[in-house]
Amino acid sequence: MMIIVFFALAIMCTGSVLGMVFSRNQATSALLLVLAFASLGGLFGLLGAGFLAVVQVIIYAGAIMVLFIFVIMMINLREGISREKRAWTIVLSCATALVILGEILFAARGAVPEAAGEAGVTPTELGRLLFTKYLYPFEITSVLILAALVGAIVLVKKRES
Amino acid sequence: MADVFWLIPFPPALSALVLILFGRVLSKRWVTIQACGAVFVSLVLSLLSFGGLLGASSEAGPLLKTLFPWIRAGAFRADFAFQFDPLAAVMVLVVTGVGFLIHVYSVGYMAHDKGYTRFFSYLNLFMFAMLILVLASNMVLMFVGWEGVGLCSYLLIGFWFERKSAADAGKKAFIVNRIGDAGFLIGLLFLLTVVGSSDFTAIGGAVQSGTIGAGLATLIALLLFVGATGKSAQIPLYIWLPDAMEGPTPVSALIHAATMVTAGVYMVARLNPLFSLSVPAGSVVAIVGAATAVFAATMALTQNDIKRVLAYSTISQLGYMFLGCGVGAYAAGIFHLVTHAFFKSLLFLSAGSVIHALSGEQDMRKMGGLRKYLPRTYKPFLVGAIAISGVPFLSGFFSKDAILTSAFAQGRYALWALGLAGAVMTAFYMFRLIFLTFHGEERLTPEAKHHLHESPKVMTVPLAILAFFSIVAGYVGLPAILGERADLFRRFLEPAIKPAGDGHLSLGSEGLLILASVAAAFLGILISYWFYIRNPRVPETLAARLPWAHKLLTNKYFVDEAVGAVIIRPLVRGSELVYTGFDLKVIDGALNGSAAVAGLMGRVLSAFQTGFVKDYAVVFLLGIALILGVLLF
Amino acid sequence: MSIPASYFFILSLVLFVLGIIAFFVKRDLISQFMAVEVMLNSANLAFLALARAAGFADAQAIVFFVITVAAAEASIGLAIVLLIFRRKKSIRTADLNSMKG
Repeated sequence: MMIIVFFALAIMCTGSVLGMVFSRNQATSALLLVLAFASLGGLFGLLGAGFLAVVQVIIYAGAIMVLFIFVIMMINLREGISREKRAWTIVLSCATALVILGEILFAARGAVPEAAGEAGVTPTELGRLLFTKYLYPFEITSVLILAALVGAIVLVKKRES
Repeated sequence: MADVFWLIPFPPALSALVLILFGRVLSKRWVTIQACGAVFVSLVLSLLSFGGLLGASSEAGPLLKTLFPWIRAGAFRADFAFQFDPLAAVMVLVVTGVGFLIHVYSVGYMAHDKGYTRFFSYLNLFMFAMLILVLASNMVLMFVGWEGVGLCSYLLIGFWFERKSAADAGKKAFIVNRIGDAGFLIGLLFLLTVVGSSDFTAIGGAVQSGTIGAGLATLIALLLFVGATGKSAQIPLYIWLPDAMEGPTPVSALIHAATMVTAGVYMVARLNPLFSLSVPAGSVVAIVGAATAVFAATMALTQNDIKRVLAYSTISQLGYMFLGCGVGAYAAGIFHLVTHAFFKSLLFLSAGSVIHALSGEQDMRKMGGLRKYLPRTYKPFLVGAIAISGVPFLSGFFSKDAILTSAFAQGRYALWALGLAGAVMTAFYMFRLIFLTFHGEERLTPEAKHHLHESPKVMTVPLAILAFFSIVAGYVGLPAILGERADLFRRFLEPAIKPAGDGHLSLGSEGLLILASVAAAFLGILISYWFYIRNPRVPETLAARLPWAHKLLTNKYFVDEAVGAVIIRPLVRGSELVYTGFDLKVIDGALNGSAAVAGLMGRVLSAFQTGFVKDYAVVFLLGIALILGVLLF
Repeated sequence: MSIPASYFFILSLVLFVLGIIAFFVKRDLISQFMAVEVMLNSANLAFLALARAAGFADAQAIVFFVITVAAAEASIGLAIVLLIFRRKKSIRTADLNSMKG
């Protein structure tokens, strides 16, 4: 039964990303990505990371992609931008990407354990982890967010001329 | 008493060092006292050492003193060591004695020169190098002295370096010497490989024990003789000596008459076991010597510069010395070296006195009749001329006769005849010089006549002393006609010089030979008298009759021009070619090329930096694929 | 029966490759940036799946941090894109080559 959910979510995710690739309109791409990230959140939930699933939806799909949409609207391009003209670049990069795919697959064969592991980590446990073992990364990341916040504002502020 | 011999080179060395370092702040008076005093000390030490040697037995072998170990490389040793034996004694006496007199003379001659201190510092340095040369107990140290005198010769020939001709002459001397030294070095290397050491005692021992075969001895001897031709101005490397007259006259007297140029003769005499072992080498030495004697004498016949005549005369007389050594009469060769040192330096210094009196004039065509104005110069000059011409009872007669007699006794009649011909010419050109300078009509420029003055005592007294020795020095080597034991000189040298060749002459033959020498001398003088006093027109008419001969002689057989065309110009052209073709194109090309390659690489690489992020990303991607591939497979 | 980890892994690989292709196909900055986000997420997925299979319990905390940092990075990146647009009046990457040479 879970398999079906998995495949549904997987197909949704892959489909939207494909749509993003082929779309000419950035806004469309952004919205498609929102869909993709949401389904990804669902996949996280399938993996037993419930908290993370929600975080993914809220932050990634909800905040980051919204940011993208804001910027797209601010830039306000009239016409869409067509795809890359130089065909050989596309072909080369697709080929190389597939090569990389093959290499990773080859490397990973037999290395992926089949065991499913526990059902998952509850938020309580996650919280405890965050505040004990990963306290330093936690605090530093919060400072990082502050820095990003301030930085973004400073960067984009219009000069008082 | 002879133990002090190792100190002999050091007073002049010390003086030279002080003068070089502090000369600028020393007063002229101090410089004079120090420079001449140093040589005087060496002279005293030489006399003491010589005295000590007189009392010693002749079987003792040379006195040796090692100052410090110098070259030690595996089995090869060359120490800074001196040796003292009769030959060395003779040489140091000549060097310090004549050297001292010339130092004193230079006080007067160079009195107005602004390089006074520099002159004496070089002169002292020369004394040091020459004394090292004659006192060295091994050939490597001797070579140090050999090169040292060559250096001082360069410095002193080019003393007035602002004159281009002087600077060129200095260079010429040094370079031609160097060519000879190449032969010397190769010979030395052969010697070292065969004998294993360059000590003279070891070499003598190797010859005696037969370690050196006759063939190898010939090779080594000939190579070393090449060095001697360079240093002692024999054919073919004599071309530097006439040009060396650019230097001040005391330099010509000391270096190019009495001491440095005799180093080659000394070397041959010192290595007499080696040269005696090889008959072909001895022949070569004798033939070259005789040929040079005659060849140079012909060139002296027509020279107009007073110093050039004396220069060619020196070359000629050196030829006689080598003739003597070549036929095995090493003692005779050294004997002539000693007498020649006296009368040739006398002649040069007297010529210098004439030049000084005439405020620098050296052309004999502008002299004449100076006899009454410069009596104190004329008399010694005349003594020197008589001595060199081989007139009996003066020193030159005894020494030249010793050489010619030995040559005849060895059966080398051709060489004897050449020597005799040379003697005629010697007398002729010397008296031509005398007549043109001191006799006959006055051809002085009014300027010169106005300033004419006799030289100061400090210059004329050494002349007198040298004249004295030019007369008496011969009496230590009386010919065998007066008894076998009369040749004190040869007997004194016996520990060092083993006589070679066993020609013996009957007393009658020897008497005839002496008569022939005397006749040759007087013939030359008479012809000269006829040409220049009785019939002054004769030289001109002769020159007109045989213009080509006259031209050939006056232009020194065009040897310098030939050398320039055949050797120098091709070398220069070749060097230029190599420079443009190889140095500029290949070497510079390679360097510039590598720089250009670096630049090219830079440009190629910067073509990759297109500025487009996507292009960089492509490279990233390819890199990831490549690295993963390498890691996996 | 739980879903085998390899399924998630292959999915993440597919998403990653799609992200790469998207990066090279698109001609404007924003879309390329979005492709990068896709790649990031695929990596998160792979990490979570494999960690769960290997029994590594801390993976969630780590992915948490990844998401947070990605957010910060996205905000700064977009600010820069805005600045570039202001300066060059265009976000086509073909116009942005002032770092040439």
